[in-house]
Amino acid sequence: MRWISPGALARRGMLNMNRRNVDYIARYNDRSAYPLVDNKLKTKLIAAEYDVATPELRQVVSQQHEISHFREMIPNLDGFAIKPAKGSGGKGILVITGREDDQFVKASGAKVSLPHLERHLSNVLAGLYSLGGSPDVAIVEDLIQCRTSLTDFSFQGVPDIRIIVFRGYPVMAMLRLATKASDGKANLHQGAIGVGIDIATGQSLNAVQFNRPVKTHPDTGHALDKIHIEEWHTMLVMASRCYEATGLGYMGADLVLDQKTGPTLLELNARPGLAIQMANGKGLLPRLHYIEGLKRTHLTPEARVEYAMSVFSHAGNLSTPAKRDVRPGAYASA
Amino acid sequence: MKSRYPFYTAIALLIFAGLGLSMLRHFELGIPWLSGEERPVWLVEARVDFQAQGEPVLASLNLPDDPPGFHVLSEQAASPGYGFSIVDDNGDRRGEWSIREANGPQTLYFKAQFVPDTNARAQSPDTPPVPESVFWEEPQATAANEVLDLAAAKSSTPESMTREVIKLVRSSDPNQNTALLLAGNNDVEVVSKLLNYADIPARISEGIKLEDARRRQPLRPFLEIYDGENWLTFDPQTGEQGLPDNVLMWSRNTDSLLDVMGGNQSVVSFAMLRQTVPALQLARAESMQNGLGFLSLYQLPIEEQSMFRMLLLLPLGAMVVAFMRVIVGIRTSGTFMPVLIAVAFLQTSLGPGLVTFVSVVAMGLLLRGYLSNLNLLLVSRIATLIILVIFMSTAISIVGYQMGFNTGMTVTFFPMVILAWTIERMSILWEEEGPHEVFVQGGGSLLVAILAYLVMSLPLAGHLTFNFPELHLVVLAVILLMGQYTGYKLSELRRFHPMKEYD
Repeated sequence: MRWISPGALARRGMLNMNRRNVDYIARYNDRSAYPLVDNKLKTKLIAAEYDVATPELRQVVSQQHEISHFREMIPNLDGFAIKPAKGSGGKGILVITGREDDQFVKASGAKVSLPHLERHLSNVLAGLYSLGGSPDVAIVEDLIQCRTSLTDFSFQGVPDIRIIVFRGYPVMAMLRLATKASDGKANLHQGAIGVGIDIATGQSLNAVQFNRPVKTHPDTGHALDKIHIEEWHTMLVMASRCYEATGLGYMGADLVLDQKTGPTLLELNARPGLAIQMANGKGLLPRLHYIEGLKRTHLTPEARVEYAMSVFSHAGNLSTPAKRDVRPGAYASA
Repeated sequence: MKSRYPFYTAIALLIFAGLGLSMLRHFELGIPWLSGEERPVWLVEARVDFQAQGEPVLASLNLPDDPPGFHVLSEQAASPGYGFSIVDDNGDRRGEWSIREANGPQTLYFKAQFVPDTNARAQSPDTPPVPESVFWEEPQATAANEVLDLAAAKSSTPESMTREVIKLVRSSDPNQNTALLLAGNNDVEVVSKLLNYADIPARISEGIKLEDARRRQPLRPFLEIYDGENWLTFDPQTGEQGLPDNVLMWSRNTDSLLDVMGGNQSVVSFAMLRQTVPALQLARAESMQNGLGFLSLYQLPIEEQSMFRMLLLLPLGAMVVAFMRVIVGIRTSGTFMPVLIAVAFLQTSLGPGLVTFVSVVAMGLLLRGYLSNLNLLLVSRIATLIILVIFMSTAISIVGYQMGFNTGMTVTFFPMVILAWTIERMSILWEEEGPHEVFVQGGGSLLVAILAYLVMSLPLAGHLTFNFPELHLVVLAVILLMGQYTGYKLSELRRFHPMKEYD
């Protein structure tokens, strides 16, 4: 067993679970805004109002009997994703990349039958994947066609980019790459790789798998230290806009780079995990304190992104946070 | 930033109130901190013997009433065929036995338990007693005057006067006057008479010397004088003032110890026994009369008491769960499922409970694997699981009974819905996150449940939570404080250890 002392963690400014819950999520996230992010359907609708692109919505299945409509629509679709609107942590997301005769091919290459898809829909409606088991709706979306510059780095699944947005400022980002171990899913605790991304440049930094640093992708063998995210500025602006859309002070925005539409928002998360710090090799606290110490926040997403890119460079040193004594109130308007 | 002072003040108040109330109850009601504590209690039995003459009998025995240094815990009379009641005869408490007809030797018993209580004092009389008028005939009157003059010359207060009178009367070398007074008279009575003659209210009370396992003990006379506020006790043999600790005043302020109508040759004798009674039982018996007694749960029906005994343990379990999740960072499936499992363990005891729980969940997971092929709706799948869980419990009970284990009963204490839901959650976890996560969360739940069980099954925990329910305020304060903890969890110190490599 290897351990690190609390002092060493504090020196690195590591945000921990308890402090995240008490000092950030509870203080900056209004409960009434949660349904917006906990329900992917609502997220899509509100994102559209703020010019944030999301995968095209094909169908919403909200009643058991509507599953038959799904069957009718199937012939028109090649690749699609079924998602529970209230699912969390990627639970219940079924990605179909193509079909072979009667069978549907999952992202992992496994084949499933139509009754399997219908049972999956039925489970989604019953609330199997939703928070607290409440009844849910299933949404059927177009498949994301990942930009080729990134596909090489991911095993099967679409790589996505998680950006932590604090009071509208992007403060930390990471690229999540699916692996064989994660079953094609971009879920870090299932074995996906997290690659820290420099806010200032969109360049990759460190990479971790299962909380341990890695240099190359275990399945594709590609080096992970030379990745550059295209349209990085646009992505940051889109993530920043989600602050206006939802009013959540502390959240994670998950974006992908679509072949055709460019940066696209997949989902928002009001309780983003802490592994992003491991991928970046840096703690979140100095940056969060820096933003909390701002006397006046910037009004437009573009201005906030410019500012964030100028101060949160990986090479920059934020170990001495801005003064905390002038910390503004919890819900001060931006 | 919002000020935390009101919060911490509230925490301090909760802790103060919880500890303060329990202290108060400990000292007021004598509820012990530890469950095993015991207190001495004296069981005194008065035995009345007499010869009945075939007539209606009424036997009347003086009963102790607020004996100084003791209080009465329980009283009972035993005497076959007799009616018994306690009557109050002008402030004189008496037990009366009655029967229409009795013949031959009769024995009546009266038993009482006395708890030593240094705070118990006799109440001072409402109206100050007046000295009894004493009439001496000559030459005793002259002798009495002489003795009193002698005593008065050496004393200044009623107490010192009393001591001097006793000394003179008890003198080994009595002078003419005392010898005259004592001739044919009981010396205690002489002292009492002399004092009354000197305008000091005095009386003779009777007490028993308490010694463990003594039988056939007589009452001993004690002299009491009134100093204007209280009755003071003197030993008539030595003149020593004050009541010895081990003397129980049986009769004070009474004309006679025993009256028997319809019988003769009556004798009263006393037997006594020193008992130890759990201090808790004592407190419980007394709680009714006390001011703070209403705060305790002893007044509830026994059935509800036993329910609360269990219910009041839950906060401890909740505290353990909060600690393990907030400070240590162990992952469990469901927030408070471990507490429910721990409560079930309390009913079944740990070993059988653990075996039952693990085997039912393991079998349930196997069956759930089959169920998932059936394409059932979620609700009916859970319902099916509940029924299967009940079947499994029944099977385990029957098999266990045949094999001679009495596990059958214990299985039923597991909440079936919780078991079914656990199986469902675990199997989904298995499908989605793999067996590793199932072991992490399931093992975490079991570990926390076992810890919660160990805490809740401590005899001290059960004793304190039930007898000092106000201590839950302290538990509440601790849980609230843990809710404020924003430091690193123990598990995070391990989780984040690769951060060492970035510098």
